[in-house]
Amino acid sequence: MKGGTLYNRYSKVMEDLLKRLSDSQIDAIKEIGNIGAGNAATALSEILNTKVNMTVPSVKIIPIERVPSVVGGLEVIIGGVYMRMSGDAPSNLLFVVPVESALSLMERVLGYRPMDYTNLKEIEISALIEIGNIMCGSYINTLVKFTHLNLHPNVPYGTIDMAGAVLSEIIANLGEVADYALLIETVMTVVGESPISAYFFLMPDPDALTVILRSIGMM
Amino acid sequence: MQSRVIIGIAELAVDIAPTIIVTLGLGSCVGVTMYDPKNKLGGMIHIMLANSHGDTRGKPAKFADTGIPLLLSKMLERGADKNNLIVKIAGGARMFGNHVPALNVGGKNVKAVKEALSALGLKIRAEDTGGNRGRTIELFLETGDLAVKVIGEDVKII
Repeated sequence: MKGGTLYNRYSKVMEDLLKRLSDSQIDAIKEIGNIGAGNAATALSEILNTKVNMTVPSVKIIPIERVPSVVGGLEVIIGGVYMRMSGDAPSNLLFVVPVESALSLMERVLGYRPMDYTNLKEIEISALIEIGNIMCGSYINTLVKFTHLNLHPNVPYGTIDMAGAVLSEIIANLGEVADYALLIETVMTVVGESPISAYFFLMPDPDALTVILRSIGMM
Repeated sequence: MQSRVIIGIAELAVDIAPTIIVTLGLGSCVGVTMYDPKNKLGGMIHIMLANSHGDTRGKPAKFADTGIPLLLSKMLERGADKNNLIVKIAGGARMFGNHVPALNVGGKNVKAVKEALSALGLKIRAEDTGGNRGRTIELFLETGDLAVKVIGEDVKII
């Protein structure tokens, strides 16, 4: 079966590659996450006009089905913005914030706090998506400068709902071709009256990881 | 004592009354439940993708085409009567709305689940699928009720 061959091939490529990653390759991946997220954090800091701290990225290699639980559980309510990065190294970018933080972010853009997150107006969810858009855009710009690869942003999408529901749809696409996901995770904290914590994830497609590593001479 | 058995993505469980089987935060994934009212025996599976494409290394419960026959065989092993099985399904949402061309996992999952059930000669008694909201579902093995919870909405029993 043709589909089966494709599935097994990608799955195996990803699994083999992930198993063989050396410490220095993992460090290089972290450094990419660090620079990308650093600029995204600066962009966020400019939008909010406050200081944004970020952690050193962690690199996680986990079974696809466990990805949605990394932000604290499947039923935790989150705001999620998703963007597909296309070009030489197709990947998924994800900006995830706990619901209270999502509302605080929206408040700073809109000038008021949406009352009911289960019934958001188009303009309210757009505010969250726009923040995610700016962050994903700045992350991608940095990756382009660092890797000299041809990478472009796409239309961002976003929603507020249970983490399992929001994240599983994104990873399901990756699940078509891989059993494991490589997750570059950065946690950002917005300093202020109501502290905001946010996660930023880069999930390269199986082949994209090889392309990225090669572009920086790590493969 | 009622105990709650919570299954994760790409997992399944079969149990008897008065247990409640739960799965949290179904988005594009589909929860499928089977219930034998005579034996008060039921099962649930949390399916993530439509087709295994013949892949046998991963978790069979991840895919509709391999997971549903597996759930049925686990039910039969526990003594369920296939002719009395009440099947319900929930999930298969498009979390980011209909305007995302690349993301149509939910619709494909629902279709594949229906095909897999029909191939086994199983009819769907009730379903709550589609839309753009996440769902948590609970199967009460005392009654066979399936509670569907969506944030900000009343619990629906199907």
